[in-house]
Amino acid sequence: MSLAKQPANTAPDGASSPGDGPGAGGSAPHGPGRKSGLRRRGRPLTRADRENRAGLAFVTPTVVVVGVVVVLPILWTVLLAFQEARLVDIQGMGLLGNWSLDNFRDVFGSPGFWTSLWTTLLYTAGSTLGSIALGLIAALALRKPFRGRGLVRGSMLLPYVAPVVAVAFVWEIALSPQFGIINEWGAKLLGWDEPIAFLSSRSHEVSLLGLHFEVPLALLTVIGFETWRYFPFAFLFLLARLQAVPDGLEEAAKVDGAAPTQRFRHVLLPQLMPVIALLCVLRFIMTFNKFDDVYLLTGGGSGTDVVAVRVYDFLTARFDVGAAAAQALVLAVVLMGLLGLYFTFFGKKVQEDS
Amino acid sequence: MSRASIPMSRAQFEERLFGVLRWVVIAFLAVITLAPFYYMLLLSVKPIDALLLDPGRLWVSAQEFTLSTYEEVLKPTSEGGQGFLGMLSNSALASIGAVVLTMLAAIPGSYAVSRLRFFGGRHLSALFLAVYLFPATLLAVPLFVMFARMGLQGSLVGLAIVYIAQTVPVSIYMMRNYFATIPYSIEEAAALDGCSRLQTIRKVVLPLAAPSLMATGLYIFMIAWNEFLFALLFLAATPENWTVSLGLQQLANGIEVSKTVLMAGSVVLTIPVVVLFLAAERLLTEGLTSGADKS
Repeated sequence: MSLAKQPANTAPDGASSPGDGPGAGGSAPHGPGRKSGLRRRGRPLTRADRENRAGLAFVTPTVVVVGVVVVLPILWTVLLAFQEARLVDIQGMGLLGNWSLDNFRDVFGSPGFWTSLWTTLLYTAGSTLGSIALGLIAALALRKPFRGRGLVRGSMLLPYVAPVVAVAFVWEIALSPQFGIINEWGAKLLGWDEPIAFLSSRSHEVSLLGLHFEVPLALLTVIGFETWRYFPFAFLFLLARLQAVPDGLEEAAKVDGAAPTQRFRHVLLPQLMPVIALLCVLRFIMTFNKFDDVYLLTGGGSGTDVVAVRVYDFLTARFDVGAAAAQALVLAVVLMGLLGLYFTFFGKKVQEDS
Repeated sequence: MSRASIPMSRAQFEERLFGVLRWVVIAFLAVITLAPFYYMLLLSVKPIDALLLDPGRLWVSAQEFTLSTYEEVLKPTSEGGQGFLGMLSNSALASIGAVVLTMLAAIPGSYAVSRLRFFGGRHLSALFLAVYLFPATLLAVPLFVMFARMGLQGSLVGLAIVYIAQTVPVSIYMMRNYFATIPYSIEEAAALDGCSRLQTIRKVVLPLAAPSLMATGLYIFMIAWNEFLFALLFLAATPENWTVSLGLQQLANGIEVSKTVLMAGSVVLTIPVVVLFLAAERLLTEGLTSGADKS
């Protein structure tokens, strides 16, 4: 905590001597007279020097806070992943216990780990693509002004701003096989023979055009929820970008007789591509680590056991801190590997396009 | 009517098709975004029997209409209710605490990153965002142990501190973009008038950035208010400190509570955030996406 106090002390210093940079050793603009052990040969500080110091001083509180609440815990987790640690004995444990790879052996060897990783990938990819596709459609539909657009736009952001616990319960009740409105209407209007348990069916038989196949219903429902909840995010960014596209570009294409789909494909899409790429990365990262949505909807059952929920289970049901940490670490490494792949293959291309 | 015989060009055909489709899409979007919230509100004022009797009905009749669900949710536990009133104030405390702490931590940093050239400055903002690469569950274990040692487990203060980890990166991102739009010359003018850098920031930059600060603060509030995982991990053992999100989830998990009461709880949880959002929608959406339009 002694570190955290330091920047707080420097701030009043800077304020008490007007004209000074607020840097820790902030000196007067023309203050070669002031003694400072740090300065060599009494050279007056250049403007860049002072800016450097001010910058470091300003950024220190932020860095310290992020360090304490984010970086330290992450490093600690890495250490924990290589140790035998249970929640009961972690309190008195030193930082460096007995090193072992047992946790990783447990994680990779435990039943369901690989399917869980695969589920996480499907869930993440499905939700990312779904939310961006729906967001794009929404942005295109709401692009031109119409009466009541502000209202529609505002209402479209509701799924994103509403608390996840509340909306998850609404979905749960609406999809309930006993008293859910979806099953009631499905039976009435679509002639469903029996209620469908959306959130607790690992697979569901669907027949389409005489073909029968199984779909992982609970997983699809969770992806649907995620798509619904996060398409406003993509919509916001895409709409902002769409409205910044110069009108002239589209006008020119229109005069040349380009149809709407052609204008979208050859004029708008190239303009949107950088934002779409950014959204893909952002949404992928966010969804990959997502815990609340799946946990609240299915509790990780019925084929929706994403890794984040497994980490939570290891932590709270088995109190196996080491294994939980190892699992979380594996998740983070997989994510970084995927991002690395993405930037190797697509990063350059996007840069060239933009 | 002779024009009808001329075959429509692709452009004309698509113009018409999308002219119609656009309205279909808008209607569809309005339904999928509003219907769940209407459903939530509807169920919260129905007696449970009415729901079980006719689950598909989209309205509530006058003699069915009841507010007893809200009464049950809001009354303190000592009077047989669910104590959501107390949880509301817990949520508010934790969220406001998170806003204040995050702003204190993020304002100087985002100013430095956007304005000052200093050693390592350019990499720092990317580094802050890299925080989101790590699953929140990864942070949870060590934070849990750290707080247990400091005696902060189960306390709202601890929770507010944890929320900093969730909100600092996005706050820096939002404010940095805004600070970058304030012209240098304004700061230079203030410096010429004899302001120190701190004075310039306090008297010139921050007032100019007020809209962005407001947007960022509101966004942090909403993140903290809606947060669930950390509340679950840190507060589950101390019911008197439960936030509304946690209380609602525990309510659903607990002994038979009727779904209509659950929906009343959901409404109570949702209303503050939605009201706040609607009041400041423009501010928020612009704060979040500023910079996205000039990539």
